[in-house]
Amino acid sequence: MENPTKYTISALVANKSGVLTRVAALFARRGYNIESLSVCATENDEFSRMTIVLKGDEYILAQMMKQMDKLIDVKKIKYVEDEAVLRELMLVKVRTNAETRTQIFEISQIFRANVVDASPEATILELTGKPSKLDGFVTMLLPYGVMELARTGVTAISRGNACIGDETDYKEKV
Amino acid sequence: MKKSGAEILIECLKEQGVTTVFGYPGGAVLDIYDALYRDGSIDHIVTAHEQGAAHAADGYARASGRTGVVIATSGPGATNLVTGIATAFMDSVPVVAITGNVGAKFLGRDSFQEIDITGITMPITKHNFIVKTAEELAPTVRAAFQIANTGRKGPVLVDILKNVQVAECDYTPQTPILPAHKPVPREALTGAAEALDHAKRPLIMVGGGAIASGAEEELLRLAQTLCAPVACTLMGLGAFPASHPLFMGMMGMHGSETAAKAVLRSDCILAVGTRFSDRVALDRDSFAAKKTVVQIDIDDAEIDKNVFVQHSVLGDVKEALTTLLPMLSPVEARPFAAAMTRMRAQENHRRKRYELGHKVIAEAARLAPEGTVVATDVGQHQMWTAQIYPFERPRMLLTSGGLGTMGFGMGAAIGAACATGKHILLVTGDGSFNMNLNELSTAVSRGLPITILLMNNRALGMVRQWQKLFYDNRFSQTVVEKKTDYVKFAESFGATGLCIRKEKDIVPVLKKAFSIPAPVLVDCRISEDENVLPMIKPGATYDTIITKWEEK
Repeated sequence: MENPTKYTISALVANKSGVLTRVAALFARRGYNIESLSVCATENDEFSRMTIVLKGDEYILAQMMKQMDKLIDVKKIKYVEDEAVLRELMLVKVRTNAETRTQIFEISQIFRANVVDASPEATILELTGKPSKLDGFVTMLLPYGVMELARTGVTAISRGNACIGDETDYKEKV
Repeated sequence: MKKSGAEILIECLKEQGVTTVFGYPGGAVLDIYDALYRDGSIDHIVTAHEQGAAHAADGYARASGRTGVVIATSGPGATNLVTGIATAFMDSVPVVAITGNVGAKFLGRDSFQEIDITGITMPITKHNFIVKTAEELAPTVRAAFQIANTGRKGPVLVDILKNVQVAECDYTPQTPILPAHKPVPREALTGAAEALDHAKRPLIMVGGGAIASGAEEELLRLAQTLCAPVACTLMGLGAFPASHPLFMGMMGMHGSETAAKAVLRSDCILAVGTRFSDRVALDRDSFAAKKTVVQIDIDDAEIDKNVFVQHSVLGDVKEALTTLLPMLSPVEARPFAAAMTRMRAQENHRRKRYELGHKVIAEAARLAPEGTVVATDVGQHQMWTAQIYPFERPRMLLTSGGLGTMGFGMGAAIGAACATGKHILLVTGDGSFNMNLNELSTAVSRGLPITILLMNNRALGMVRQWQKLFYDNRFSQTVVEKKTDYVKFAESFGATGLCIRKEKDIVPVLKKAFSIPAPVLVDCRISEDENVLPMIKPGATYDTIITKWEEK
């Protein structure tokens, strides 16, 4: 693919074992390239919410949404527009010594990251934000030595009144 | 009232109107088989192998439109269903597969005959379930039947733990509810109707979705209203009567020359319940170039999947056509249709110079008892049957289109015989037949009226044909001189064995075969050099159709 674009999709799925396998197996079988996938509980015990970041083109996006919609356990699927609230959490362990500690703390302040653990040779920082902000933060830390890094993957919610569960089939399909 | 899980399962099958099931008993389904025995109202056909049972349930569903049901035990019983389930999945056939599994106490411990069949069948079922408590059994079985029959149909597997079959639970009978198709709004069809009205040379392309929807009457009216030629995909054969002057034959890789010409000349294609598979569209980029395409399909994921279309209508074919018909301006006569009808007649005339295999199929079509249902296996014989046999009504041809499963035919013929009570003609090849010939024993023990035409060329003909065409006659492993005497084989299984060696044998042997309402195997000794033509090479464009080639 020449210029893969990133698309974010939210899905409400049945809160049952095996649902993640079904979704993941679908991606593998159809050859969809997934950048991140996060699953979490929702306000309703019967559903989990998946946020998927897909790399591809509009054909793949349309096919993936239609194929996912065919899974019985997928109750609702929605394309997340760029203006929606997209957030990701990152924990990063940076090599630290007496000399670099202040510099690392300064960078953290600029990005509003929290220091969650400090030891003589390492600092763990926590940062929440848009994926691009997290990328920027990592770039700044690279010269000091990133020892370990964990990101949750994107989770997203649309702005304003509209909700993913608004439409009627959300309840009908249960 | 309190019932055991196994009894609840039987009650739920009866709720759905199930009268016949196919299967094979075993350790993890002993309780289900005990409940079947004690109930006594469901006819169970025990096959020689679970694969045969799965194909039989599939054939039962294809022939009747009802849901096919197959039961198998855990472990190897369940894995033997896999090819049958995948076959039904690729052709969108409603089948409910019920498997037993080890008890909850043993689950996940690699117990004897334990297998993760829901994991294995995930990509080849519409949905599957594992039932771990008796309370969820009845709702799950009901959901399985509903899912199998809603929207685009397909197989559903229900895996029931052994302890669930024994556990007691309250059971309340429930009448099955099948949600109605969403109505197709008139507005959705406006664009389609305009495109069809504007078209000079429209072609109607019919797939298996038209048969699943039961849209044959609407289709006939559509073709007559538009005065448009009709071509069917392999899965669509029978949806439009083969004897109709507007019928152009099968389209695709081994479709008729006329159908190929119709595709090339058309300026608008109305695709009805078809997914533009690689065996039909071939080169998907050029297939619909410079044409307007209107697609009616019940599965949204099939719209714009292989071929991009200008007008798509999401919904049931029958409902969509019912709404569409009054919106169209009737066309009395159309030069394009007249030219195509003439070309088709000429092609049919040319094809009269049949080789032995072709002649056997053509004569079988002429001599078969009224209402005969045809099943095939996969390969050259399948394509000859699709090309030559006149399929006048839907559900008259049962064939594995999407998966191309050699060995499908014998089980499918058994299922179709049980579903229809009609005479069944199974056209098979020596390659395919050898894959599941064990099921001849099932047909014999049930006394089913199945005539088997074994196109015996002592070779894997279709693969051999490709080796001729693409591999410079290097017949790697496709010429297998088996020493099997098929007449003796049939007799040893308790069937009748007959043989066609020469052209003059055809009529008397077929007449005799069709007069016997029990399994008859006819060994048709054909040449290994009978080819399937016309042919369009995989991925090639329609104008490169090969209609003859010289033997090297």
